[in-house]
Amino acid sequence: MAGPKLKPEELASKIKYNLPPKGWMDEPVEFREGTFNYSGNPKNVEYLQLPNPRKWQPTDPDWQLPENWKEIILEGLRDRLHRFRSLQIFMDICVRCGACADKCHFFIGSGDPKNMPVMRAELLRAVYRKDFTLAGKIFGKYAGARELTLDVVKEWFYYFYQCTQCRRCSVFCPYGIDTAEITLLVRELLGLIGVNIDWVVTPVANSFKTGNHLGIQPHGFKDSIDFAVDELEAITGVKVEAPINKKGAEILFITPSADYFGSPHYYTLLGYLALFHEIGLDYTWSTYASEGGNFGSFLSHDMMKSLNAKMYAEARRLGVKWILGGECGHMWRVVHQYMSTLNGPADFLEEPVSPVTGTKFGNARLTKMVHVCEFTADLIKNGKIKLDKSRNDNRRVTFHDSCNPARALGLIEEPRYIIRNACNYFFEMPENTIKEQTFCCGSGAGLGTDENLEMRMRGGLPRANAVKFVKEKHGVNFLGCICAIDKATLPPLMEYWVGGVDVGGVHELVGNALIMKGEKERTTDLRGEPLTVNESAMKEGNMSEEPFGE
Amino acid sequence: MVCSVKATLQEILLRKKSSIVEKWVQRFLSYYPSESMKFLSSQKDRFANPVGYTISSSAGAIFDELVGDGDLLVSEVLLKDVVRIRAVQEFSPSKAIRFVFDLKEIMRNEIESEARDRAWREEFSDVECRIDDLALIAFDSYMESREKLFKIRIDEVKARSFETMAANGSGMNYREGSNDE
Repeated sequence: MAGPKLKPEELASKIKYNLPPKGWMDEPVEFREGTFNYSGNPKNVEYLQLPNPRKWQPTDPDWQLPENWKEIILEGLRDRLHRFRSLQIFMDICVRCGACADKCHFFIGSGDPKNMPVMRAELLRAVYRKDFTLAGKIFGKYAGARELTLDVVKEWFYYFYQCTQCRRCSVFCPYGIDTAEITLLVRELLGLIGVNIDWVVTPVANSFKTGNHLGIQPHGFKDSIDFAVDELEAITGVKVEAPINKKGAEILFITPSADYFGSPHYYTLLGYLALFHEIGLDYTWSTYASEGGNFGSFLSHDMMKSLNAKMYAEARRLGVKWILGGECGHMWRVVHQYMSTLNGPADFLEEPVSPVTGTKFGNARLTKMVHVCEFTADLIKNGKIKLDKSRNDNRRVTFHDSCNPARALGLIEEPRYIIRNACNYFFEMPENTIKEQTFCCGSGAGLGTDENLEMRMRGGLPRANAVKFVKEKHGVNFLGCICAIDKATLPPLMEYWVGGVDVGGVHELVGNALIMKGEKERTTDLRGEPLTVNESAMKEGNMSEEPFGE
Repeated sequence: MVCSVKATLQEILLRKKSSIVEKWVQRFLSYYPSESMKFLSSQKDRFANPVGYTISSSAGAIFDELVGDGDLLVSEVLLKDVVRIRAVQEFSPSKAIRFVFDLKEIMRNEIESEARDRAWREEFSDVECRIDDLALIAFDSYMESREKLFKIRIDEVKARSFETMAANGSGMNYREGSNDE
């Protein structure tokens, strides 16, 4: 072994006589405020007909589990191993090569080894070995097997609600083990004994009740869209149509509910409204399919299926030809990776064709659902819209690839193409932090709660670190993204780690730049901010106009 | 009060710089679980390993300023970045900034053999005084980070309240009453 040659006494002095630290199986989890999510509201657990509704919190010594909780989990695992070949393979195939170990944003930001994806999965694998493999049954701990105890359940809860299902680790796994699916299935198992989090249970219950995560009722939805129409008119001078529940429309548009009630999502909504008006799109909003997000996918595959089905039921009810989907993250993973076998294929719809350009979206022939970035990029490519880039000159933009569109849908170039056509100043973050290797916001898969803020800041550190770099190098002051969870959780992440960087959607930039027929002279962008170059941002950066890495 | 370090001791410390800085970085990383320490100390890519990079790229400059006699202005900026990380990780407040005090022990061990014949103990107390100044900066940075965290949390709760009111049909728009400037 290379290294300095040591004398025997020096070598001897390096020997440590302490007992080795405790093994990973023997260190119970400690629940510290700021690093975990609160439990599911019993009212909504009951509403969803999930087991064991009760008031409890992870910090309680007694989690009030059913008496036969162990049997329920092991039976649940047996059932899923039988039903899902993928799970069986993921349990057996890992060779612990370590390729994934340092790829998780939570591991990188926390230094907690149980956040290495291989270790996170090991939390389940060890139990699997104990009860489902011969070696584990005979040799126990020596074969890496572990008894399922209450401490293990607590550890599962802690660490599987510390995975954002972003699938960065899977990019590096030579076997393609999908840790997000392992996370989903462990959450399912925990759900069988009533261990859920509120940030998942309540939005799912709301989606069943009113069609969206926030529980907005149809009149609230309409109010909000009407308000946006008025505001857009005040900015552009153009009164747009925003049809709701219009039967026989050609296209149903579905976007996350945060787009019409959250900030900064709202400016993206203004962008959609302006764009659809300008190209004369025959489309409709829906008060029933008023949510693109599918928090069911953070809870169980059954819930994921039910919520996904709603979108297609509404498309059928309204008699549209195909569905256009907005800037959403995990909706696209559900649609692209699961929909065709969950609820599809959607044979009653038509293969999507852009009514403006005639482009056929063959990639969506099974799901009949097209991403709005594909749609808009096609409009630009065919010269169907006019964009004045200078209207975004107050923005020095970088783009955060939202995990699911990038890794699950492969939507890498379209948003960049749009940004380059809508903005003069675009700067890429370093290559190992974008595109397929993008770093998660740290708050996906139901973890974006205020009570979990410390953990979110740990998980978001790698992303924020790359933004800070382009801010210092190029004076970047705008972080574009195409996911509602990103838009909600990147602003606090920027506030903590970077400062001075706004977050917004790609279609907000489109809306700013879009030249509309009959518009008045624009003096502000969609946020009401004056259309001038942001001097302070220019001064902070090194004034370089060259995009990074190009 | 800003202390200053005597020139002779300064020379010794500067000669030992690389060893002291390396040991300090290793000590900083030793507070993480042993399974993670290897990654944190060996991965040099600043984007793949922001924690390791932040401390290892700052330690040398902080050291230089510390053994000099000027204000600790650069150190303040660098230390803020380091402490901002520690403030959200699995550390108690004392453990989060203990690495600053560790520098005393590391420096003392390094120079002990060479400076034994001289009245270095007295001189070293000047260094310790500057390390204490650094610790105070770290304390301020830690609190600043925690306070920012609490503010962000309050803002999130407020924003959610507005969303809930709007969802319940109060007719309020999120932009009214928001403290978004």
